[in-house]
Amino acid sequence: MANLEDKNQIDPSVSSEGIIENSDFEEVNAVKKEDEPLDKNVKLMSPTRMVLRRFFRSKLSIVGLIMVVGLFVFSFFGPLVYNEWGETELDESGKTIYTTTEIEITDDNGEKYTIYQTIEKEVKDNFLAAPSRDHILGTDNEGYDIFVRLMYGGRISLTVSFIAVFVITILGVVLGGVAGYFGGAIDNIIMRICDILMCLPGIPILLIISTILDAAEVDGKYRIYLLMIYLTLFSWTGTARLVRGQILSLREQEYMVAAEAMGYSTGRKIFKHLVPNVMPQLIVQMSLSLGSMILYEATLSYLNLGVKPPYAAWGTMINIISTNMDILQNHFNVWGPAGICIVIAVLGFNFVGDGLRDALDPKMRR
Amino acid sequence: MAENKILEAEEQENSPMYDDEAEKARYQEARKAQAEEDFKKPFDKDALLEVRHLRKAFPIKKTITGKVLQELVAVDDISFKLHAGETIGIVGESGCGKTTMGRTVLKLHKSNGGQIIFDGQDITDFKPSQMREIRKKMQIIFQDPYSSLPPRSTVGGILSEPVNVHKIVPKDQVKDYVLELMDKCGLRDYYYERYPHEFSGGQRQRICIARALSVNPKLVICDEPVSALDVSIQAQIINLLKSLQESMNLAYLFISHDLSVVKFISDKIGVMYLGSMVEFGSKTDIFANPLHPYTKALFSAIPNPNPDIKMKRIALAGDIPSPANPPNGCRFHTRCPYAKEICKHITPEYKEYETGHFAACHLLEE
Repeated sequence: MANLEDKNQIDPSVSSEGIIENSDFEEVNAVKKEDEPLDKNVKLMSPTRMVLRRFFRSKLSIVGLIMVVGLFVFSFFGPLVYNEWGETELDESGKTIYTTTEIEITDDNGEKYTIYQTIEKEVKDNFLAAPSRDHILGTDNEGYDIFVRLMYGGRISLTVSFIAVFVITILGVVLGGVAGYFGGAIDNIIMRICDILMCLPGIPILLIISTILDAAEVDGKYRIYLLMIYLTLFSWTGTARLVRGQILSLREQEYMVAAEAMGYSTGRKIFKHLVPNVMPQLIVQMSLSLGSMILYEATLSYLNLGVKPPYAAWGTMINIISTNMDILQNHFNVWGPAGICIVIAVLGFNFVGDGLRDALDPKMRR
Repeated sequence: MAENKILEAEEQENSPMYDDEAEKARYQEARKAQAEEDFKKPFDKDALLEVRHLRKAFPIKKTITGKVLQELVAVDDISFKLHAGETIGIVGESGCGKTTMGRTVLKLHKSNGGQIIFDGQDITDFKPSQMREIRKKMQIIFQDPYSSLPPRSTVGGILSEPVNVHKIVPKDQVKDYVLELMDKCGLRDYYYERYPHEFSGGQRQRICIARALSVNPKLVICDEPVSALDVSIQAQIINLLKSLQESMNLAYLFISHDLSVVKFISDKIGVMYLGSMVEFGSKTDIFANPLHPYTKALFSAIPNPNPDIKMKRIALAGDIPSPANPPNGCRFHTRCPYAKEICKHITPEYKEYETGHFAACHLLEE
């Protein structure tokens, strides 16, 4: 890249020497040379390729990309490779539990005795197993394989957040675009709806909706989708504001006046000329909100509003600690991996978003 | 002190008393009547573009109900005719309404009065859908070649879009047509895949010209097309415009504040001051015999390359008054070196003093 840029910078100066040589009336031809600084062989890059180049120059964004892609491969292709256990398949190999109780007795002579009583009990499910060859990360308090559930949980988290961000973006682009392009009363109406939606408290309404879903006996696997749809209906406001602001400034650009003078239709002007120019900011917004959507999903599942057992989600897996203090203290393998996955996902998406933002900023030319 | 007062009193006695408000109303009335009379006249069949009493005002203050309390009259009562293959140069200071006039003629701004007759049709009240057909025939080239090209399309895309939208040639011939057009405008064929940011100002302006010509227009409004370019490139672009005019029989409305450029390219010249036309005539007439004091002052500012010729410069005092609050009477009287009492109160009539040579000045009445 550096070489190419240098070449371009040198080129005009070469031809400006040409002006001096061809003095007087041949000047016009010499000037014409200067007007062609581009060598046919110099391959210049499209804006998209330049952005990609800048993106991959930053180490942080590569790390982020690896994290995100890694999680995707792990969640979507993992279960195909590691298929010894299913998502809702209990390990029923059985387990012997020893429970020891001690009883202190003081006899008539005042001497103390401690009686230890160990009860040996055979149970059907192999729960809370330590990591071993059978269970890479052990089993949880029910006897499900944690490693496998981590993958299935990732599937849910990633799909749900992708769908949510997709819907948010479409709603935001359409409503923000319309508001920004037409302005006036339409703009006012859409922006006031935005304001109202931003005032509504999220979690209490989610609780209510969750109760309704319980009453309607919605399958545990699908209720998270319904909740996320609700979330998207409330979260498009940020994107809409962003798009509106961008379009407000872009529509005053002269190339939009040129498009008007060309007699293009309104749809063409908005979607072929304005939206592609909002795309950079939109992509950044999307990748950053992917992270927050994953967090939202995890929160909902943790609060038992989203995915419910026996189905797996990262939030539900962390929620296990609330059943038993012993798990929080002694069984890190039960809740730790899910937490790490959430951190990796959110960090990854944020790194990618930051990297894209820097790459798309034309002032960051380096 | 006392003497001064006496002098002032004497002056007032000698000069007839003017009622500014009444004069204003009378002038408005007369103009309205004149306009109505002119509107009834049949369209001039020879003229490609006929503008009658064009007026464009921007609201500054509005009540909630939308009633305009104060407005800025950017274009006030302008009339001219433009024939096919002809160039009219419009000159004037910054902020005198040249650009607004050009855009209003193209109906990029909605006019607030007057008639625009293009190609035998009154397009003043055309709906956007009707305008789409007309847009093919009238195009615009902008001042700033940097903001008037969409940054995210290739040159090929920019040039073929209007061709596709208006179906100028069959789909399979579009690329050949565009390449031919690029050749005509001095662009190399391998620029087809390039992006606007890879070009210099002069080349971008060539792309803009090619875009404007892609739909085979009859009229091109050149809105200061060379003022953002350096002098050597200016010459090329002007020559290109001239040769294209000959080969395609284009009519230009050439807006510029550069008098030498206007002198070179125009057949007729209109001089604007504060939104209204103060003088209009053929190039030879205007340069040989400028009537209006403002025109005289403007022309005296053209630098002469011969250092032996002593030039008498007419320096105008003061700034151009705010168009939101124009002075009474002749708008130029605040800066006119020959201003008389009548100039301060009565708006001079815009009329023909020689054949095809119009001006608005009281001094010419004598």
